[in-house]
Amino acid sequence: MADRKILPPKVPVPSSTVYSGPRSAFAAGARDTFPLIVGAIPFGVVFGALATTSGFPAWATLAMSLLVFAGSAQFIGIGLIAQHVAPGLIVFTTLVVNLRHMLYAASLGPYLRYLPHRWLIPIAFWLTDETYAVTIRRFQQSSDDVYRHWYFCGSALFMYGNWQLCTAIGIVAGRQIGHAAEWGLDFAMVATFIGIVVPLIKGRPMLLCAAVAGITAVAAHGLPHQLGLMLAAVLGIAVGSFAERVARARG
Amino acid sequence: MMGVTLLTRYPLLALTGRIALPQRVFAALRFVPVAVLTAICTPAMFTPSGEFTFALENAYLWAGLLAVAVAWLSRNLLLTIVAGMAFFFVWRWVAGGL
Repeated sequence: MADRKILPPKVPVPSSTVYSGPRSAFAAGARDTFPLIVGAIPFGVVFGALATTSGFPAWATLAMSLLVFAGSAQFIGIGLIAQHVAPGLIVFTTLVVNLRHMLYAASLGPYLRYLPHRWLIPIAFWLTDETYAVTIRRFQQSSDDVYRHWYFCGSALFMYGNWQLCTAIGIVAGRQIGHAAEWGLDFAMVATFIGIVVPLIKGRPMLLCAAVAGITAVAAHGLPHQLGLMLAAVLGIAVGSFAERVARARG
Repeated sequence: MMGVTLLTRYPLLALTGRIALPQRVFAALRFVPVAVLTAICTPAMFTPSGEFTFALENAYLWAGLLAVAVAWLSRNLLLTIVAGMAFFFVWRWVAGGL
């Protein structure tokens, strides 16, 4: 059983959740992302303000948001650049901070296997925590939807446009008020992730996964380059799936 | 930074689409969002300034726990974000500190 190769599970869905065309799928993706946009606004504004108060020119700050488009990596990046850390180390830190995206990509990939590479590259570029959270839920609910990549694009482009706008607002705000780090707006990210995670916790294996990941992350937060985060995530996933197999074996 | 960011996002997206995954791996991937997002949140709540603290001044922790309660009861993302932010700013204003 464990070695059988399978496609993503087919979940029967009512026809109303299968979109009639690219446009309605795109609109639904953007609509479902709206709550996450609210949480991302302070994050983007603080990034722009923080970069500006750290002495970054406006063009460099905007270019980073346009080309990198990875919130936490950008925060750490401006911190490291401002401290004149070696470029190689900055690149390596970016890689480690973004390692969680490998897990996201591995989990989205099976649902997008019908797409050619010219689609997968922009999808990879626009992949974020928020868009992942919204699209994986939709993909799992309606695996028959042939327009699901348009749903992804609706979510991703909304996030991308918002990120650029908020970075620009942050740059302007950063020139008015100093010490952006002291606003505490980074709590918006915590509240957003709590709002995503809590409804996903159904059943004991998932609760166990969250508990193990959460406790490990706190215990290992002293490790450099967010390695504690990766360790916590991998342990949580391992314990959660083990618990699920045990529960299933018991019937 | 752009190159390595894409490097973490693209290869597995392409690979897992081309090769079929064992069911065990597919079952494990369902735990990804909960594990990763929880592991981002808990250090931000319990160690906001680098040190583990249960102090009342730690608004990240107490507003975070209230946000968990709101999310649990309402199952509404937008409400959780707005209520969580409101708790956070009120808590900081009242308790001061962090």
